[in-house]
Amino acid sequence: MEIFEHPIRSLHEKLKKREISSVELTRIFLERIRRVEPKISSFITVTEEKAISDAASADRMISCGDSNLLTGIPIALKDIFLTEGIRTTCGSRILGNFVPTYSATAYEKLCKKGGVLLGKLNQDEFAMGSSNETSAFGITRNPWDIDCIPGGSSGGSAAAVAACEAVASLGTDTGGSIRQPASHCGCVGLKPTYGRVSRYGVIAYASSLDQVGPLAGNVEDCAIMLGAISGYDPKDSTSVNFDVPDYLASLGRGVKGIKIGLPKEYYISGADPDVEKALESAIEVYKSLGASFVEISLPHTDYAVAAYYLIATAEASSNLARYDGVRFGHRSEEAESLVDMMTRSRSEGFGPEVKRRIMLGTYALSSGYYDAYYLKAQKVRTLIAQDFAAAFDKVDMMLAPVAPTPAFRIGEKTGDPMQMYLSDIFTIPVNLAGTCAISLPAGFTGYGLPLGIQLIGKPFDEENILNAAHAFEQATEWHLRKAVL
Amino acid sequence: MASQKSGALMKFQPVIGLEVHVQLKTETKIFCGCPTSFGAEPNSQTCPVCMGMPGALPVLNKKVVEFAVKTGLATNCSISRHNLFARKNYFYPDLPKGYQISQFEEPICRMGWLDVVMNGNWKRIGITRIHMEEDAGKLVHGDLPGLENGSGVDLNRACTPLLEIVSEPDLRSADEAVAYLKKLHQIVTWIGISDGNMEEGSFRCDANVSVMPFGSEVFGTRAEIKNINSFKFVKQAIEYEIQRQIDLIEDGGQVFQETRLFDPNSGKTRSMRGKEDAHDYRYFPDPDLLPLFIDENWISEAVCSMPELPWKRKERFIDEMGLPEYDAEILTSSRSLADYFEESTACHNDCKMVSNWVMGEITRALNDTGLAIENCPVPPLQLAGLLKLIDSGVISLKIAKTVFDEMWASGKEPSVIVEEKGLLQLSDSSAIEAIVDEILEKEAGQVEEYRNGKEKLFGFFVGQVMKASRGKANPSMVNDLLARKLKG
Repeated sequence: MEIFEHPIRSLHEKLKKREISSVELTRIFLERIRRVEPKISSFITVTEEKAISDAASADRMISCGDSNLLTGIPIALKDIFLTEGIRTTCGSRILGNFVPTYSATAYEKLCKKGGVLLGKLNQDEFAMGSSNETSAFGITRNPWDIDCIPGGSSGGSAAAVAACEAVASLGTDTGGSIRQPASHCGCVGLKPTYGRVSRYGVIAYASSLDQVGPLAGNVEDCAIMLGAISGYDPKDSTSVNFDVPDYLASLGRGVKGIKIGLPKEYYISGADPDVEKALESAIEVYKSLGASFVEISLPHTDYAVAAYYLIATAEASSNLARYDGVRFGHRSEEAESLVDMMTRSRSEGFGPEVKRRIMLGTYALSSGYYDAYYLKAQKVRTLIAQDFAAAFDKVDMMLAPVAPTPAFRIGEKTGDPMQMYLSDIFTIPVNLAGTCAISLPAGFTGYGLPLGIQLIGKPFDEENILNAAHAFEQATEWHLRKAVL
Repeated sequence: MASQKSGALMKFQPVIGLEVHVQLKTETKIFCGCPTSFGAEPNSQTCPVCMGMPGALPVLNKKVVEFAVKTGLATNCSISRHNLFARKNYFYPDLPKGYQISQFEEPICRMGWLDVVMNGNWKRIGITRIHMEEDAGKLVHGDLPGLENGSGVDLNRACTPLLEIVSEPDLRSADEAVAYLKKLHQIVTWIGISDGNMEEGSFRCDANVSVMPFGSEVFGTRAEIKNINSFKFVKQAIEYEIQRQIDLIEDGGQVFQETRLFDPNSGKTRSMRGKEDAHDYRYFPDPDLLPLFIDENWISEAVCSMPELPWKRKERFIDEMGLPEYDAEILTSSRSLADYFEESTACHNDCKMVSNWVMGEITRALNDTGLAIENCPVPPLQLAGLLKLIDSGVISLKIAKTVFDEMWASGKEPSVIVEEKGLLQLSDSSAIEAIVDEILEKEAGQVEEYRNGKEKLFGFFVGQVMKASRGKANPSMVNDLLARKLKG
């Protein structure tokens, strides 16, 4: 096994025993990035100097005996996280030259642990997309098949982990943006409960749905990353002041006796046969481990995508108003007046998908349409959250597909936004309900594309879905396969 | 023309409602920790939150809620238990996030009122709502550092806390509007939530003005006059606007719903934007802030920390201190003045005498020097000391005024001044008698005339005695002695 294929715990042992220094490890990853980036393009910015200096500090921490599992581990961030002094683009031309003056809380927490920042990862522009094709910085390719999309919007975060360009990464999930690319790239991705991780310093797409989460090669690494970034942040009023459990300690308890719900609305006939097969075999694995299954119902599932695209776009239309060329970011050279400057800067800076969503959201909030669209969508959201609450009275967690199909081909859906939007049908309800879910590798298609399954947990019950995912991982070998590059 | 206009005015009933913006006297801004002080270097009091940087999030300053609750209590509002913050979306270079965080559907205070006295009659003015919001920044035009004749944005004021206080359309004249505004100004400064500084924009108002024929029940189309920042301008702007609308209607035209600006130089209002340019603000609840629940404890804490309100205090000044209503009204025009008065009475309990001095000498001296009562060089305790000296006959009223001027200038205790300057009142009857005798002897001719019936001369003798004693003789003793001696 190559050194860049090792999980966090094994790298940690090597660093602690001085078999390798963090600087050496970081150089290996930088070399790996140099080698595979021409094929994958998962990075927007590689922070080579910063990485080496982070690694040197980590080595000092280790030699002082002041280290933890993440000290000296090379990681990377979706380019939606503000990093002080390091360009942060959010995949958009409008922030093409934006260098923030402060850092996101989640990133600062990783810094404190001694994590090494390799760079900033590609994503759909402002996290609006399911394929990474809306980025202003080119298309990231799926490491398992470079003609396919890696998923989105945290496509770079998934591709980098799958291509062993980073040990782990952070992404954000507004409607499936961590879980779907994790599924398409064969890695583990966790969307925590809303409020679990601070959103401070994370560029907002849809504030009431956005949540930060980790992507990694296996469940344990994911648990380590989640433990590092979780917790109350006084700078984010929507973060929740609950204690952060020891997620690592929750692993290894097994799944004997747990009750898993199968939402019948998610198991519809005519689904992709590979996806169906992966789910069926996952159910068998869990049964063999002592879990039981019951059919449950989430009756308002059909309305989730529509409600999501009203709420998310409405919030986005307001969140993206600050990109006006006045204080930072792209400013049009052509402008003749203040209003003209703002109009031109936005017209030139935003890509077509972002413009489409700003228009949708502006319309949904407009006087005379608010009640019919935004308000009604919020009511649907309440109903969906109630569906989940009722279902969780009967089961400990749910098992569901992540995406209706495996990774599709680049360009296949760009001409049809509705088709693209529907690819989030199984992930969106979790964001609307505000609860947590994890996507983990559960098989491959005949063409060798990874397939994922999703465990959906009760609010703030990340421990149990991590444990159940871990049990599955221990019983299978899907996560051990690496893309050949 | 003037008579024609006033004739027209009599046919029309103006209807006015005011929206007042009050900047709160909190130390930090409403959604971040930056200071709110006025006049600092442009953009020196900013952070990622009030600059509207990507990823920055608002965190509510609880002090703002406390101030809003207090204002609601002082204006007889009901306080909403469940509060939401909403985003008001519009583009402007001084609005960093492209939206203002405000309250829309669930404001913190509702359905209040204030009683306003006009020409001796009181009138109740309804308050529709009071809500919390953040202010915007400021555009600066002209020569800027590194940019000649350009436009810049100063975000020091962005995110400072405001209350918007919206009245019912209950006001019927510019004078009523001003009276209501003054009352509101008195309250916000009294309860200490705002410095009320109108020049710095801490207290400014928008006026909605319409006219309708007398007897009509349907309001006319209104125009909104934006951002008026003095009582005088409010009166001018409303009066101009009423006349403009009446003239328009009289000439067969019609009033359009629009936003207008008042130009203090011309005394006129002019159109800023019409209804067709009106913004659709696309309000929706701000997902970055949780709903705010105000529990009973919070409200009772606010109740406990409320000062006695001006009208209650006025009542007490009348009922318990025996002041005339006129005095009580003036003394409660500001909390500092009322405090000054009451502190003085604590040491000298002749309340009417204290009132006369506070409204007389103190107010005159403050006006002459342009000082506020808070900075009065004569503290209440010293004023009381001076009045005690008068009351106990140590100095005369006349000497007291001299002593007062000296206290004002030097800050010395009145007793020290009296001693240093030898101003003690002469109350030794034999000494006064000696002076009286001396004067009567010197003015023997006048004494003769007095005794022959020219009684007007009595004052002349008093004057001479006082002059001879350099003002120190006890006037009532002088009167008594003179009366006795002149009888012969």
